[in-house]
Amino acid sequence: MDTFIYTFFNLDIMAQALPLLLKGAVTTLQLCAVVIVAGLAGGLALALAALSRNAALHWSAVVFIDLFRALPPLVLLVFVYSGLPFAGLRLTPFMAVVIAFFLNNSAYFAEVFRAGINAVPKGQTEAARATGLSPAQTMGFVVLPQAVRNVLPDLLSNTVEVVKLTSVVSLSELLYSANMARSVTYNASPLVLAAGMYLIVLWPLVRVISRYQRGLAVT
Amino acid sequence: MLKNIDLKVREGELVFVIGPSGSGKSTMLRCCNRLEEPTSGAIMIEGARITDIPRRDLDRMRLKVGMVFQGFHLYPHMSVLKNVMLAQVRALKRPKPEAEARALDMLDQVGLRHKAEAMPAELSGGQQQRVAIARALALDPRVMLFDEPTSALDPELVGSVLKVMKDLRRKGMTMLVVSHEMDFAREAADRVVFMDGGVVVEEGPPEQIFGAPKSERLRAFLSRVSHPAEAE
Repeated sequence: MDTFIYTFFNLDIMAQALPLLLKGAVTTLQLCAVVIVAGLAGGLALALAALSRNAALHWSAVVFIDLFRALPPLVLLVFVYSGLPFAGLRLTPFMAVVIAFFLNNSAYFAEVFRAGINAVPKGQTEAARATGLSPAQTMGFVVLPQAVRNVLPDLLSNTVEVVKLTSVVSLSELLYSANMARSVTYNASPLVLAAGMYLIVLWPLVRVISRYQRGLAVT
Repeated sequence: MLKNIDLKVREGELVFVIGPSGSGKSTMLRCCNRLEEPTSGAIMIEGARITDIPRRDLDRMRLKVGMVFQGFHLYPHMSVLKNVMLAQVRALKRPKPEAEARALDMLDQVGLRHKAEAMPAELSGGQQQRVAIARALALDPRVMLFDEPTSALDPELVGSVLKVMKDLRRKGMTMLVVSHEMDFAREAADRVVFMDGGVVVEEGPPEQIFGAPKSERLRAFLSRVSHPAEAE
């Protein structure tokens, strides 16, 4: 039992590792912020394009969405970071992660937005258009606010997935820092600490999502 | 779907369109603001051929043609007041204070000023439909189209909506109404149009349509709606 506590819950080692892990956590947060904001914006643009009457726009969006939803994000990441230099394009690790995850993530967000928009009754659009609102105004003031409300839990779930995904990138983010601390201290406690830090951030989000979903089930 | 429709509605007239479901009544109504596109023919409002308007200019035309739907279609995420203000501010470009004053005025007209801050889900169907009428009226339309405005309402709520429509008629609004409210048609309509199978079968003043129907199809229709049990 003592060995178990010493190996996994060693407070001295956790205290030593904390500054490094906090630095890693900051990188994780920066990465998430960029990927999520860009992914939301890109996803919305893709969803609108996919719903467009313009055939070229519609089909390029559909192909983009399908392609990047099907490609595993790690494959994308390795390609962007290690493959693109062969074409003379060398990116910083941070940029490579942002681009690879943006491609993956915007495709996912696009599907979520598209489902939300399609769930808004057609009568809403007709009523808005009948009062002289333009297609863009109808989308912006009438359809989209309702669509976002429809899919808020899915948007949040996707956001949680992004945060978890960033732990695999071996940038000097949270998990990587913890693993480094583990190899220096020959002790697994930094990993437990890192897991705890992920939990502190993600658990409330997960709670909000399931509460929201239960609320929807009731109404 | 529609064939050889030749219908004139004069200014200030209330014209009622009746007929069995699938007869093309709603389609005809929806052509009048191009929610539905006629494949041939022309529709004119105040001398302007609205069937010739290019798609990008449709919005301005629609400001002149108010429409009320069977399903109300209030925006559920906005208060009643915001529902009535939205198109005034965004489509008509009215300054906000003016739009708000106008919205409250319209809500007053339909007897719902006290519900301005309520959300649509808190209102009864009849109240929602009256807000929808206020939303259309706030844009100062020249014509109002009603597409089965009371069909989705519980019987006890129909009266409040019909009363608002009667008030409108008294104020001289030009109205084209698709509805099954025969008593209302008899009492308030200037003219009744009977459609069946995509054509206008008969039209005339309500006394004639209901009192002395000429065509066999209209007689059959009237006896079906006055004795609904037998039609089952």
